[in-house]
Amino acid sequence: MIDSALKETKTDSELKALKIGKLVDARGTACPGPMLEAKRAMGECPVGGVMEVQSSDNGTIVDIQRWCRKMGHEYLGNLENDGFLSVYLLRKV
Amino acid sequence: MTESTNNDQLLQDLVKRVEALEREAPKNQITLGVVSGDPEHTMAAFMVALGATMFDTEVDMFFMFSGTAALLDPKKKRKNDLPGSTFGMEPPMVKFDLKKHGAMSLEELIQEAGEAGVRITVCNLSMDLMEIKREELIDYPNLSFAGVAAFVDMCSQSKQCWFM
Repeated sequence: MIDSALKETKTDSELKALKIGKLVDARGTACPGPMLEAKRAMGECPVGGVMEVQSSDNGTIVDIQRWCRKMGHEYLGNLENDGFLSVYLLRKV
Repeated sequence: MTESTNNDQLLQDLVKRVEALEREAPKNQITLGVVSGDPEHTMAAFMVALGATMFDTEVDMFFMFSGTAALLDPKKKRKNDLPGSTFGMEPPMVKFDLKKHGAMSLEELIQEAGEAGVRITVCNLSMDLMEIKREELIDYPNLSFAGVAAFVDMCSQSKQCWFM
């Protein structure tokens, strides 16, 4: 089953050009650390703003995708950096 | 009987039935029954609990039998071994190198769970069987004691119930 809510909506170059409303540096912590830090930081991201979650835990991608779907946010995509991931989402509610 | 009293009666019946349905309907809540004292199981239980809080799901954890050992405060010394278990005086440790992989320890998971509002209920009988005193347990913001009926009631209010 293809679930459109789990698919990224932006290309790599679009992701790189995003204005970040809230940056969460969760590198170095394992599951569920990055998710907990993302949830905590959500209040500091304005509605309509983009949150970037930096994580060295690969599980964060699918966790954020599913979290966005359930909570009504939009998963935008992820970029692989040197030794960590940047996962982007749009806060919608 | 006039039509209006008939309608009043019908309305009252409906209100009663809706109230009964609301009482019985599962909430956005998960209940975890923790019966194992194996640190891998208790760590997994707290990780699931924290995962649930990500979705603003209310979490009840009910600790029974050996599971109760996970709530012993390692800083508070016990005089005797835990009866009925293969553990020594302190809760057993995991064999993984958690720090190396950036994973949280059981203590850290419990701390996070407390901050996230996860409720812990400990089975009274298990406290007796395990010969654990209340003052030997961790300091946790939302910890209480109850019997098995409370656990079943928690489950009946939850959309998901896990037993581990």
